[in-house]
Amino acid sequence: MGSDEPETQPRQAIHDSTAPSTDTRDSRIGEGVDDRFNSKLREAFGASPFILTKFDEFMNWVRGNSMFMLQFGIACCSIEMIHTYAIKHDVDRYGAGVPRASPRQADVMIVPGTIVSKFGPRMKRVYDQMPEPKFVVGMGSCTISGGPFQEGYNVVKGAEEIIPIDIHVPGCPPRPEALIYGILKLQERIQNGESSPVVVKPYELEEFGDLPEDELVQKLADEIDEDDLVMRYNWADSP
Amino acid sequence: MSTGLEETSDAETVDVTEAELEALIGDRALARDEHENAPGFVVNPDEVQSVLGDLKDEAGYDHLSCVTAQQYEDRYESIYHLKKYDDASDEVSIVVPTTRDDPVSESAEPVFRTADWHEREAYDLVGIEYADHPDLRRILLPETWQGHPLSDDYDQDKPQLVTLAEHENPLADDHHDAESDTMFLNVGPHHPATHGVLHVKTVLDGETIVDVDPDIGYLHRCEEQMCQQGTYRHQIMPYPDRWDYVSSGLLNEWAYARAIEDLADIEVPEYAQVIRTMGAELCRIASHMLALGTFALDVYGEFTAIFQYTFRDREVVQDILEDLTGQRMMFNYFRVGGVAWDLPEPREEFFEQTRDFLDELPAKVAEYNDMVTSNEIFQTRCIDTGVLEPDVAKDYGCTGPVARGSGVDYDLRRDDPYGYYEHLDWDVVTRDGCDNYARVLCRMEEVEESAKIIEQCLDLLEEWPEDDREVQANVPRTLKPDAGSEIYRAVEAAKGELGIYIRSDGTDKPGRFKIRSPCFSNLQALPEMTEGEYIPDLVASLGSLDIVLGEVDR
Ligand code: SF4
Repeated sequence: MGSDEPETQPRQAIHDSTAPSTDTRDSRIGEGVDDRFNSKLREAFGASPFILTKFDEFMNWVRGNSMFMLQFGIACCSIEMIHTYAIKHDVDRYGAGVPRASPRQADVMIVPGTIVSKFGPRMKRVYDQMPEPKFVVGMGSCTISGGPFQEGYNVVKGAEEIIPIDIHVPGCPPRPEALIYGILKLQERIQNGESSPVVVKPYELEEFGDLPEDELVQKLADEIDEDDLVMRYNWADSP
Repeated sequence: MSTGLEETSDAETVDVTEAELEALIGDRALARDEHENAPGFVVNPDEVQSVLGDLKDEAGYDHLSCVTAQQYEDRYESIYHLKKYDDASDEVSIVVPTTRDDPVSESAEPVFRTADWHEREAYDLVGIEYADHPDLRRILLPETWQGHPLSDDYDQDKPQLVTLAEHENPLADDHHDAESDTMFLNVGPHHPATHGVLHVKTVLDGETIVDVDPDIGYLHRCEEQMCQQGTYRHQIMPYPDRWDYVSSGLLNEWAYARAIEDLADIEVPEYAQVIRTMGAELCRIASHMLALGTFALDVYGEFTAIFQYTFRDREVVQDILEDLTGQRMMFNYFRVGGVAWDLPEPREEFFEQTRDFLDELPAKVAEYNDMVTSNEIFQTRCIDTGVLEPDVAKDYGCTGPVARGSGVDYDLRRDDPYGYYEHLDWDVVTRDGCDNYARVLCRMEEVEESAKIIEQCLDLLEEWPEDDREVQANVPRTLKPDAGSEIYRAVEAAKGELGIYIRSDGTDKPGRFKIRSPCFSNLQALPEMTEGEYIPDLVASLGSLDIVLGEVDR
C-alpha cells in the first residue's frame, strides 16, 4: 500500500455505460481509511480528531480479530474452504471463527466457486443482507475470471462483476494454506482500516421497468412484472 | 458377489439377442444405428412410448440411464440409452430423430419417470420439444433465458435477463392460502442443508410436506460445452475433476477415460489399471467420508465431533492422493491410455503411508459406528424416514448407494467390469432398509470394501516386476476417432452410474459430449422420498441422497 500508487476516488454512482468497470481494481490500490468506516462520526467530528482516530484504530483491531465468516458453499472451492475450517488447518486460530449460516451475522463472505447467471442475483442479495462493514474474499480462479469455465455461455466472468472483492486468492482450488494466507491479508487490511470501495458493478439488480427498452426487454415484457428485480447480463461486454 | 438381498422382480429376464430385439421392435424400427456400446434402433418420434414400453415390459430393459439430445445439420436427435438393472452390460439405444423445423418428439415420461428431468434438460439446452411431457420447462437455465445454448445457431454474446422474483419472502402473507392453510417455503439456494446451491420449493401443511420441487441450475457451468471445445487427448481430462468435486476426481476421470479408450480402441496397460483402481477407491473413501460428515451435521448439528473426524480422515486420504497425483482435489492424473506417472518415489514410503491409513481405518469405522450409527437420536431421525422403494428407485434411474440402500443390486464395477475390479476379491454392498439409515450404512460398508480393494492393489503393485511398469499406452498425439462413431460408457462413481456419451465428428474434438450424472437422477427421486413426511426429514433425505451440485447441474 505504498503512497506512490495512483489515487482514485471510489465511485458511488451508477455507470452510464455497461462496459466493465475497472474502478474497483484501480481504487483498491488507493490508500487510507475510506467511508465504510464510521463515516457518520467522521462527518460529525471532522477529519481526524485525536481520540476518534484512536478509537477507529481500536475498532479496526477488534474487527480484524473477530471476523465472522458466512457459511457460503458454491462449488469445488467450498470443499477446500471446509477443510480450512476443519481440523488441521483450523482457521479459528486467527479469530476467523465458525461459519455463520445467516448473512446477517457475518462480516466476511468467502466466495468459493463459479458464479453462474442464475446464481448471480442470489449472491448479490446475500451480500446485500450482510451488515456493514463487510468484506469479501474471492476464492479460486472462478471468482477472478470464471476460471476454467471462462468461455461458458452461462458463467459470470468473475465475482467482481457483481460484488466488490477485497482479496483474491488464486488457485483451482487454492490450497487451504493459500486461503489462510488470504484471510490473514484481509485481517491485516481490516486492521489498517483499508477496504475496497463499494463500486456499482456492471451487473446490478434493477427493477425491470427501469431497464432501457430493447429487443430483449420487449420480448420478456409479458413474463416479468415492472417492479420485479432483474439482473441483466451483457455478455458481449464481459472481459 | 453380492451380500444383500437379490432383486426379485424381473429376475427371470434372460439375455435378449439382437434378432429378438429386432423382432420385438419390428416395423417400428426405421433403420439400424450401431453404437459402440449397444445396438441402436431408429424409431419414429410418435412411437417412443410404445417402443420403450415394449422394451421395458417384454425385454426387461428397466433402466433408462440417460437421454442424450443433439442437433445435426439436418435434424435433431434424442437417444434413449437403456440398460437392465439385472445386467448392466446388456444395453440398447433408441434413436429418435425429428426435423429441424418441427422438433417435437413423444415424451418417454409415462414409461420411465426419470425421463422427466432428462427431457427437460434436452429441451433447455438443445431445444427439442416433447409432446405429452407433464411439465416441459427449463431446468438448468433461468426461465427467462433466450435460445438453446447447445443448438448450433446460439449466439453466446447476446444479453440475457435473470429475475429474482421467484425468490419471494416466505413469511409474506400471500403465501398462506386461506382455504387449505398451506405455506410455501423456499429452502436454498443459499442454505446450509442443501450441500451447495440447490433450491427446494416446498409447500407445507403444518409440518408435513405436501409438495417438493427441487430447482436446480445454480451451478450450471456449461461442462458439456467445455468438453466439446477441448481436444480428446489432453484438454478434456481436467474437467471431470470438477463434476463431482468432493474428491471423487479420479472416479470421474475414469468415466471419460473409459469412454474415449473404448471409442478409440486403446488398450490400457494392466499396471496402469491397478493404479487407477487403487486411486479410484481412495477417492471413493474420501467422498463417502464427506457424505457421512455432512450428513451427521445435517441431522443432528454435529459440527464438532463427527464432522471434524471425517475431515481428519479425509485429510489423510487427500495427502495420499496428493503424493500420488500432485494435487489435493483436482487431480488431472489419468491420461487417455493410462495414468500420468508412476507411484511416487520412494515407493516404500508411499506403500507404508497408505497401509498405515488402511490399518487405522477399521478402528475409525468402529468409532463412527459407535458415535453415529448406533446413536439413538441419529437412528430416530433416520430409520424409516425418506423411504425409497426399490421399484420407485428403478423408475427414477437411481444408482449407487441410493439404489443399493433400497436393495437394488446394481454396481457397474461388478456388472460391467472395467479396470482391475474383476480380478480382485470384494463384495457389492446392498441393504434392504430403503430408508435414510440404510443409505448411510451402505456407504459406511462401502468404505470397508474399498479398503479391501486398495489393500489388494497395494500387494499387486508392490510385487509388480520392475521392467513391466508401463503407465501409459502408446496413444497418438492427436486422437481422431472415426467420424460418426458413438459411444455411451459408464463407470461406478461415488454417487452411482456416471456415464459419458461421445459422438465423434472426425475432428480432434467431440461432436457431442454428454454427461450422465448419477446425482441428477438421484435427486429427482427426492419428492417421492419426502412428500407426506415432516420437514426435518427433508433435510435428512437430502443429506442421505448425497448430491453434489456440481454434478447435478454440470
Ligand atoms: S476455481 Fe477451480 S476449484 Fe474453484 S470453483 Fe472454480 S473450478 Fe472449482
